[in-house]
Amino acid sequence: MAMEAAEIERLIKEGLPDAEVHIEDLRGDGDHYSARVISKAFTGKSRVQQHQMVYAALKGSMDGALHALGLQTSAPEDDA
Amino acid sequence: MTDNPVFARIQADIDGNDVLLYMKGNPMFPQCGFSAAVVGVLSQMKVKFKGVDVLQDMEVREGIKAFSNWPTIPQLYIKGEFVGGCDIVREMYSTGELQKLFDAKGIAYENV
Repeated sequence: MAMEAAEIERLIKEGLPDAEVHIEDLRGDGDHYSARVISKAFTGKSRVQQHQMVYAALKGSMDGALHALGLQTSAPEDDA
Repeated sequence: MTDNPVFARIQADIDGNDVLLYMKGNPMFPQCGFSAAVVGVLSQMKVKFKGVDVLQDMEVREGIKAFSNWPTIPQLYIKGEFVGGCDIVREMYSTGELQKLFDAKGIAYENV
């Protein structure tokens, strides 16, 4: 099973409405993506918590439909 | 903690090892690129750690994801604290945060 980049972006934005999402398909197989997500919701959160918020937005498609999603998360201010 | 029977086993392993890596394969023969990447970081820093091969134990493989609320393997634990998966460990290593965490937790390593 695989997922489309647009679907990943839609799910992340559904969970994090203010998020800026940049997705890269690493291998063109719909299974290995990297995503950079910037959201105010990450402010003051640890990296683990930030990634967990993205995984929660993806509603369980991680480790099922999506084997590998390289994540980079940051709150807007850190993104200088 | 929910009453998932495997949680007790996981908790004991996490409490019993300063640096514990739930991975696919073992440190000598990682079976997944992401697991290998974390093994690489720890080995480069000459950190003593224990690897748990989730491929040998399906109960732990699924249980650890519920335990940490993290959907993928590998998962690194330092002094009982869940640090993250491959991306986070690599990012922390490149920014020096991992070294600071080891210092804070009193874990020996070599700064390379």
